[in-house]
Amino acid sequence: MQTEAEAPPQEPLSLENVTRRYRKVMALAGIELALRPHEVVAVVGPSGCGKSTLLELVAGLQEPDQGVVRVLGAAHPAALRAACGYMPQRDLLLPWRDALSNAALALECQGVPRTEARRRAAPLFERFGLADFEHSRPAALSGGMRQRVAFLRTLLGGRPVLLLDEPFGALDSITRAGMQQWLADALVEEPRTVLLVTHDVEEAIFLADRVAVLSPRPGRVIAEFDVDLARPRSRRAIVADPAFGGLVRRALDALETGALEPRSPGGRPDSEPARAGTGSQDSEPAGTGTGSSPVEGSP
Amino acid sequence: MRRVLLAAALLGLFVLAWQGVASLHSVDDLTLASPVETFDALRTDWSLLWDNAWVTLVEVLLGLAVSLAAGVVFAVAMHLFRPLRDAAYPLLVASQAIPIVVLAPIFVLAFDYGMGPKLAIVALICFFPITVNLLDGLRSVEPELLKLMRSLGASRLRTLRSVELPAALPFLFSGLKVAATVSVIGAVFGEWAGADKGLGRLVLLGNNQLQTPRVYAGIVLLTLMAVALFALVVLAERVACPWNRKEMPA
Repeated sequence: MQTEAEAPPQEPLSLENVTRRYRKVMALAGIELALRPHEVVAVVGPSGCGKSTLLELVAGLQEPDQGVVRVLGAAHPAALRAACGYMPQRDLLLPWRDALSNAALALECQGVPRTEARRRAAPLFERFGLADFEHSRPAALSGGMRQRVAFLRTLLGGRPVLLLDEPFGALDSITRAGMQQWLADALVEEPRTVLLVTHDVEEAIFLADRVAVLSPRPGRVIAEFDVDLARPRSRRAIVADPAFGGLVRRALDALETGALEPRSPGGRPDSEPARAGTGSQDSEPAGTGTGSSPVEGSP
Repeated sequence: MRRVLLAAALLGLFVLAWQGVASLHSVDDLTLASPVETFDALRTDWSLLWDNAWVTLVEVLLGLAVSLAAGVVFAVAMHLFRPLRDAAYPLLVASQAIPIVVLAPIFVLAFDYGMGPKLAIVALICFFPITVNLLDGLRSVEPELLKLMRSLGASRLRTLRSVELPAALPFLFSGLKVAATVSVIGAVFGEWAGADKGLGRLVLLGNNQLQTPRVYAGIVLLTLMAVALFALVVLAERVACPWNRKEMPA
């Protein structure tokens, strides 16, 4: 933000050798990743590979043990928080607020008075298919609707970088497909630099310009490739595209080799088989609840 | 509706049993007044009972108000300042361990004969459930939600106002429900330690003077008072937390 006057093609987000461990457990080991302006990068990996930790590090909610996270050139956690719109896996809508006030919360947190915040949030409901639901309480909304409201709240924060943590992980597959299309369209309307974390390979490829594959714990980037599919994308058209199928296979291959390769120099006895990497209570901060489903298999 | 009928049926059964036991020859009239005698006393002594009930009600309401105000201030302060919570929590628990029966006469000595000691006793026993429940409520917010607020750039006060206090409101009402019922007990103890008016004093006096029906009438009124206060809290909760409506026996 403060560096706006500098050279325009500034890297909005970069991770250099980022390492994070919880006591003895290494969650992330030397993550290297850089995003270009308005690029959507998806990080795929098995459950428990430290994906949520990665996002919290970028969001400035945790600090790395080694390495640097930079967002718009700044590395201080407070600067990271100010530059990133963080959308957790669960919608976390406040049950006592209606949808409009829930979205407007992002503005209120920046000191905008409630009525003004609601007034400014209202046009987004119109634009993103939530008209007429402004006054509904979260309990009256479907899972997909709630996720949309949560996304609007993230957008209204007005941050240049968006961090999405398994945004549709809790939705059923039909709703999820619809929401992926919705998010793709929303990002065409409101282009942002996006770091998206998911365990769904197809979701990653459909939404992203680039996919980074993470190994099981400790998480490292083991493959990275561009998704050169034209935008705007339509889910229906894209699943029939052979190029899409090729990319999915490529990601799945990378995930599989990552799961098979020895995890650390040293012995096998201590390291449990990585394939079943669902035992994530140590690498994920308590309660983020990503540890429910393993990597999606082939379609 | 079914709930109301069931409750009324049980109450009816209880009154019948009461009448039955009271009608037994082996039961002395001075020991147990029957429902009919009690109702009679309610009618004939109505103005006396009403005057005294009013005094007790004022003690209870003022005591509740004081404990609510103090409880909210204390709970929020303890929530915001961790050292204060660590320091004050044991004292808070200790304040409940002191038997009110012992404390009441001391309060009367300290605060004189009037409204003061009753109010202090009611406030003292209501303060605990209110403060502890509210404190629990303030701490009930999920860590993930607090993380989200932090990433949204919310100040400590904003998080308190927009997230923690609304989330704690149902807890506060739980505390108030307990407080509403024990408040009446507190007022009675306060009056027993020394008072010139109030239902508690009337019951004590009636007991000494062997006016058993009047004693029972007083007890019935005290019970009704507590139940009415409880119902009022339930009603207030429904108005204040419409998002939190679950089927709860009122």
